[in-house]
Amino acid sequence: MRTVIEFRVEYLQRLDPDGNAVGELPAFARDPDEVLRMYRAMTLARAFDAKAVNLQRTGQLGTYASCLGHEATHIGIGAAMRAEDVFAPVYREVGTQLWRGVTMREILLYWGGDERGNDFSGPRADFPWCVPIATQTLHAAGAAMAFKIRREPRCAVATIGDGGTSEGAFYEALNVAGARALPVVFAVVNNGWAISVPVAAQTAARTLAQKAIAAGIPGLQVDGNDVFAVREAMSAALERARGGGGPTLVEALTYRLSDHTTADDASRYRSAREVDDARALEPLLRTRRFLEKAGRWNADRERELLAECARTIDAAVADHLAAPRPSTDAMFDHLFANLPERIREQRIAARRHAGTDGH
Amino acid sequence: MAQMNMTQALNSAMDVMLGRDPAVVLMGEDIGYFGGVFRVTDGLQRKYGAHRVLDTPIAEGGIVAAAIGMAVNGLRPVAEIQFADYIYPGFDQITSELARLRYRSAGDFYAPVTIRTPCGGGIRGGQTHSQSPEAVFTHVCGLKVLMPSNPYDAKGLLIAAIEDDDPVIFFEPKRLYNGPFDGDPAKPASPWSTHPKGEVPEGHYRVPLGKAEIVRPGRDLTIVSYGTMVHVAAAAASAAGLDAEIVDVRSLVPLDADTICESVRKTGRCVIAHEATRFSGFGAELLSVIQEECFWDLQAPIQRVTGWDTPYPHAFEWEYFPSPARFATAFRTVMEPA
Repeated sequence: MRTVIEFRVEYLQRLDPDGNAVGELPAFARDPDEVLRMYRAMTLARAFDAKAVNLQRTGQLGTYASCLGHEATHIGIGAAMRAEDVFAPVYREVGTQLWRGVTMREILLYWGGDERGNDFSGPRADFPWCVPIATQTLHAAGAAMAFKIRREPRCAVATIGDGGTSEGAFYEALNVAGARALPVVFAVVNNGWAISVPVAAQTAARTLAQKAIAAGIPGLQVDGNDVFAVREAMSAALERARGGGGPTLVEALTYRLSDHTTADDASRYRSAREVDDARALEPLLRTRRFLEKAGRWNADRERELLAECARTIDAAVADHLAAPRPSTDAMFDHLFANLPERIREQRIAARRHAGTDGH
Repeated sequence: MAQMNMTQALNSAMDVMLGRDPAVVLMGEDIGYFGGVFRVTDGLQRKYGAHRVLDTPIAEGGIVAAAIGMAVNGLRPVAEIQFADYIYPGFDQITSELARLRYRSAGDFYAPVTIRTPCGGGIRGGQTHSQSPEAVFTHVCGLKVLMPSNPYDAKGLLIAAIEDDDPVIFFEPKRLYNGPFDGDPAKPASPWSTHPKGEVPEGHYRVPLGKAEIVRPGRDLTIVSYGTMVHVAAAAASAAGLDAEIVDVRSLVPLDADTICESVRKTGRCVIAHEATRFSGFGAELLSVIQEECFWDLQAPIQRVTGWDTPYPHAFEWEYFPSPARFATAFRTVMEPA
């Protein structure tokens, strides 16, 4: 027997849990203003997330999927992308979306059940939130195919959870992306849990990054609680993709500090100790420590930032809650470009039942 | 007899079958250690072991396909698809393989697979957690399709489905898990303990496939329905002061046309109700059968009360859900003098 080919999976960390640099920092991490910009965005995402959970608990929002603990992964992905790139999210990527210009009002609209929240005013070409599992990875591959055919220097980025990598659609996406050398990056957000199922029960693979290897594309792991590592790996992957070098899989190792959604109770299936251990590794703390050590952050500035976040969020929430509910026409209006007669008749009947037909 | 809600009744059905038949295995996402997102399989892995109550990876096509392989090799899998809305990745395996295995092997192979899946709305689930896709599966030749409306039927039908040698898609109207629902979301929920069908035997019994049930006799009109709408229809008819005969279809495939048509011939008037969208919905099939069998006995055109022909809208759940007011409109038309 001889070895035909060998593989390995590398792991990248640039910021340890105590806020110390690991190895040589990339240029953006040596620019304190840029680090501050990312830290502020991570803090805003966390504060907004907490507010959204509160709104759900008080009956002012539908079921919501918290992104607590994912902030470094989300902001690292967002900061690595260009505005003209296309993002295909799952349903938890609040941080990336805020970074890319999705408004808080849109996010609240969506989770309140109003599809207008998917009509992003900022990143017009970004895909809507995706609840069916793994389907978005193929959409991203398709978007990348369009960029390639139309010779546009753009890339697509799809996120997917650890559990989603068990779906057939995920493997199909990796395969076609590799076969056609598509400008797409798959960011696997491995937060340890697919509702109640831990990664070890989901797959025998030691890493999710190695799933790329079978598709003939590079895969690596990064510390998903380290915004420097996520951004560095995503930037390198995007640069490669934009230059015609094909796709990459980046597996970001993080932890879902929240329940799966507000409809879930994670204490039924995982220990408090595990969650406590994971909390010690969470992403904001280490970024703050890094900034403090660089003399760019202190308790006063933290208080100011939190107050500023609260003001921004409160204004968005007030705006959202004050907005009038759309009419029942919204149920029908966007079913087709031109509504068939049958649907127009149903739209009128629904108005009659809602008492909004003017009679 | 015991008092059970629908989740307990379904749990009891699987408990009974796991105990009676070593070939029975349960499989699905989050069903084992956690006991299912709706707690339907709660405690069963603890009781029967992880080799009989399996947590699967997230891959619905894989769940169905593996169940086929298991079923043709001596097992009797009961697969859970966590929401009916998630069943589509398994659709190829269901339609091209599961439904046709017996037919295309001239009877050599068969796959006694039961696929349980929560369906329907009324729980603020939005587009991706509220669908009622039963008609899609009734259109696939070789599948049996069930939807119970109460705990007693849920347990008896699930046992019958598991024991059946053909594939069964078993829809569970999730709005009914904890209690009957009359269509008014503002009213406090009533538990199954207040309903006669919340009385459920603890042991083994079957509710036969292919048998509809007259849940309430009446003379004015026949309402043909299944799932959550059985309860909404009954409340709407009472509110309208009508003596409606209510037929709970229960078994969509095979269909008990005799019980349905006998009732319509008696009353001469018929309303068909389901939560699913109207166009090419299962109501269209019911309406055709009734028209073919009962045309000369009908006093008025048959009416349908259904969801609108749109995806399930999250923000307009109660404007979409077939309400008592929409029944009232249908009643007015169908009760017009001939």
